[in-house]
Amino acid sequence: MSDEPLLDVSDLTVSFDFRRRSLAAVSGVSFRLARGERLGIVGESGAGKSVTGFAILNLISKPGRITGGTISFEGRELTALRAEEMRQVRGNRISMIFQDPMMTLNPVLTVGTQMVETIRAHAGVSRRQAEERAVEALRKVYISSPERRLRQYPHEFSGGMRQRIVIAIALLTSPALIIADEPTTALDVTIQAEIMDLLLKLCESERMGLILITHDLAVVSQVTQRIAVMYAGRIVELGETARIVENPSHPYTRGLLAALPQSAARGRRLAQIPGSMPNLTTVPAGCPFSDRCERCESVCRERIPPLTAKDTGCLAACHLLD
Amino acid sequence: MFAFIVRRILQAVVVMAVISCIGFAIKHSFGDPVRELSGMTVSAQERERLREELGLNDPFLVQWGRFLKGAVHGDLGMSYLYKKPAMEIILGKAPATMELVIAASVIILILSVPIGIYAAVRPRSWLSRFFMGVSVIGVSIPVFLTAILLISIFSVQLGWLPSFGRGNELTPLFGGAWMSGFFTWDGITHLVLPALSLSSIMLPLFIRLIRAEMKETLEAEYVKFARAKGLKPWRVLVVHAFKNTLLPVITVGGVQLGIMIAYTVLTETVFQWQGMGFMFLEALQRSDVSLMSAYLVFVGFVFVVVNTVVDIVYGLVNPMVRIAGRK
Amino acid sequence: MNALKRFKDCYFLYSFLRDPLAVGSLAVLVVLTVAAFAAPLIAPHNPYDPATIDIFDASTPPAWTPEGSEKFLLGTDAQGRDILSTMLYGMRVSLIIGFGATILQAFIGIIVGLSAGYFGRRLDALLMRLADVQLSFSTYMVAIFLGAVFQTAFGMANYETFAVPFLILVLGLAEWPQFARTVRASVMAEKKKEYVEAARVIGLGSRRIMWRHILPNTLTPVMVISTVQVANCIMGEAALSFIGLGMPITRPSLGSLIKAGFEFFLSGQWWITFFPGALLVLLIVAINLFGDWLRDFLNPKLYKG
Repeated sequence: MSDEPLLDVSDLTVSFDFRRRSLAAVSGVSFRLARGERLGIVGESGAGKSVTGFAILNLISKPGRITGGTISFEGRELTALRAEEMRQVRGNRISMIFQDPMMTLNPVLTVGTQMVETIRAHAGVSRRQAEERAVEALRKVYISSPERRLRQYPHEFSGGMRQRIVIAIALLTSPALIIADEPTTALDVTIQAEIMDLLLKLCESERMGLILITHDLAVVSQVTQRIAVMYAGRIVELGETARIVENPSHPYTRGLLAALPQSAARGRRLAQIPGSMPNLTTVPAGCPFSDRCERCESVCRERIPPLTAKDTGCLAACHLLD
Repeated sequence: MFAFIVRRILQAVVVMAVISCIGFAIKHSFGDPVRELSGMTVSAQERERLREELGLNDPFLVQWGRFLKGAVHGDLGMSYLYKKPAMEIILGKAPATMELVIAASVIILILSVPIGIYAAVRPRSWLSRFFMGVSVIGVSIPVFLTAILLISIFSVQLGWLPSFGRGNELTPLFGGAWMSGFFTWDGITHLVLPALSLSSIMLPLFIRLIRAEMKETLEAEYVKFARAKGLKPWRVLVVHAFKNTLLPVITVGGVQLGIMIAYTVLTETVFQWQGMGFMFLEALQRSDVSLMSAYLVFVGFVFVVVNTVVDIVYGLVNPMVRIAGRK
Repeated sequence: MNALKRFKDCYFLYSFLRDPLAVGSLAVLVVLTVAAFAAPLIAPHNPYDPATIDIFDASTPPAWTPEGSEKFLLGTDAQGRDILSTMLYGMRVSLIIGFGATILQAFIGIIVGLSAGYFGRRLDALLMRLADVQLSFSTYMVAIFLGAVFQTAFGMANYETFAVPFLILVLGLAEWPQFARTVRASVMAEKKKEYVEAARVIGLGSRRIMWRHILPNTLTPVMVISTVQVANCIMGEAALSFIGLGMPITRPSLGSLIKAGFEFFLSGQWWITFFPGALLVLLIVAINLFGDWLRDFLNPKLYKG
């Protein structure tokens, strides 16, 4: 039981059906997450990070759908669950934190209503009991005078406070896993660290698993134990955070790390990866990164490299590292 | 909030004053109060004496002031046609019109909310397409044609429902001031066709409005978040999505319901419904200018009240506005 | 620049041709408009010429019914006029009023919207408040009152002579706020953009900036509203006619034909009402469908009512 992973995603493929053809936003993504483990999914916007996150909750909006692969969570196959069973998992065993706290909370409902409804959707408790649990959760995220705050509307809170409320909502049902989709991107820089620290502390104290989806390698390296780097819908590198940051294998990961401000010497220009990520319609045949890769060879343009173990101790998808 | 309400009511008063001015100007220019009073032709001398007596030779503004003073006390002049105070006639006819508008509003609400939500949630299903297609045709059929169509089917062909009037079994309410058709089977059957045809003009608008707003909110992050919280689908739909569409629906819809009063003129004509609209056309044909201007002022009053109430409700429902008002 | 414009025109045509509903509605519209304006040439009878009308032909049912006459395809009305001919002539009147009133509305609306949006402040507040009040008062109600006042002021006899310009004026005055609000909204949006600022910096006069720089950018929403408004004005005219405030029966529009027919409707002479009614609906559906397509294609940010 103990060595069974909390989450096991295997060969996940998500496609968007358009009138003429179907395009894969995520293809063949596999990763595991142990209980209480924290995984970062890193990549540029459009790399398929968020889609992967939403796919776990089976919340992909039309015309997208999961077209292949399995998602096993606490020993249950999520893709096979009926709608009502899936609903009982969402917000209960797996919670989600969204990017922009200004948009995530419903403007016409009080914070209290939005918290109480979450509890009561999953546990048969009275309104009073639910409110007590909501107050407790608000305390955990350091919101002062929570009883009074419950009666207020979202617009009466600052951005940072709203994100703390969203985190409190995610905690309400003591989930085993939290999926946080760019939880700090929309916030002020000063508040970003505060929210990240809070999230990290809560994950540790409640022993919750975390999937942190972000484009910010710096944040991920501080919070997570393992990293999955995504590019054009595929995982190109997967491994322990420390190892990847110290010694990246895949050319794309190297490019990302070189582009971080702290890795450049003072007074030097920041490194850039030439070109930009292809969109769904222009992914090259072969290695999706081949167009931008400095070391690209003929094999890169012909076959898609599989994700295999490399000398660095990580998994990477690159022909040139074998 | 209080300041907001006061400002809104002051605006309403100004608009009302302007409307009364227009109403009075019409009466002043085209009406012949002497005829309204005496009902017959009188000698030139007699006429002049009456004019002086009634203050008709005073400056326009003085007369308007007098008209306003009367209007505030519910006196809108005499109807030449009925030989009674215009206000009394209008109040006697208003219940018929109001019942028609109420019945039509109920039909609109009952139909447009579920259809609008359904069409937003399942935009590609053939039923939604059918509803949207019908609503395009619906906005394109003038209300009097719908009325004629309904009569020809349900009265002439099938003979199920009466084609005109309010029936003979009206129930007196408030000591006979309001004759209601809501409480007898006969009254209801007479109400069905007029209410249906009156609702036909607004129904497509409401369906499209609710569908458009609903589609927009369904895309919102907070609806996704509500789903991610594992709420039951109906709760996501009704509490999270629909509650957010209520605001625009109230603002647009409230005003549209007021506008229906204008269309009662048409429905009442087709169905010979003894309401204010029917009375107005009668007044027009018989050149009863006094009654016409009284109708203008009365209907203007109803419009202004509806709009003001809608605005204030909007202010109460919308937390953002509420905060802005508090500051 | 020229090539770009040609490309856009091409795309416009391309997506138009791909939508059968749009093509169909425009085709119906063109056929109906041509038929209406060619009425003197193609109508089998001249309903305006009393010499050709025989009262003994009155209330003849359509030609395919047992009592029908081959002379009158869709039958005759109570005065013995050929329904098909009166419909064609009537549609011409309806279209003239519909287009005329829309042009007047657009004219007033653009002037008001431009001045309100460009000069802002007090003038803006005043004009938009006026537009709000008039809109909330229901355009149809305003039209009824204006019509009633005109009719009372000029008397029935004069009214009949000047009915067409009167109705254009009435409907034009009743519905300008739609245009004014939309034009104002797009002026406000355009005003913030840099090119207007630039034009002001190089010292162009405000009138020149308005006409040459801002107005062209407001034309897309104006075009979209115009199509819908033509349909609305035709409906409005029909509604006014139906309550006796529109075209007199001597020079009928589609609305007054329906009104005239309604008196005989319950006694079984359905055709006098039915054919003009069906034509009116067909005309309006065609305009609305085309307008819907135009709106979806051009997708301007319309002012939400």
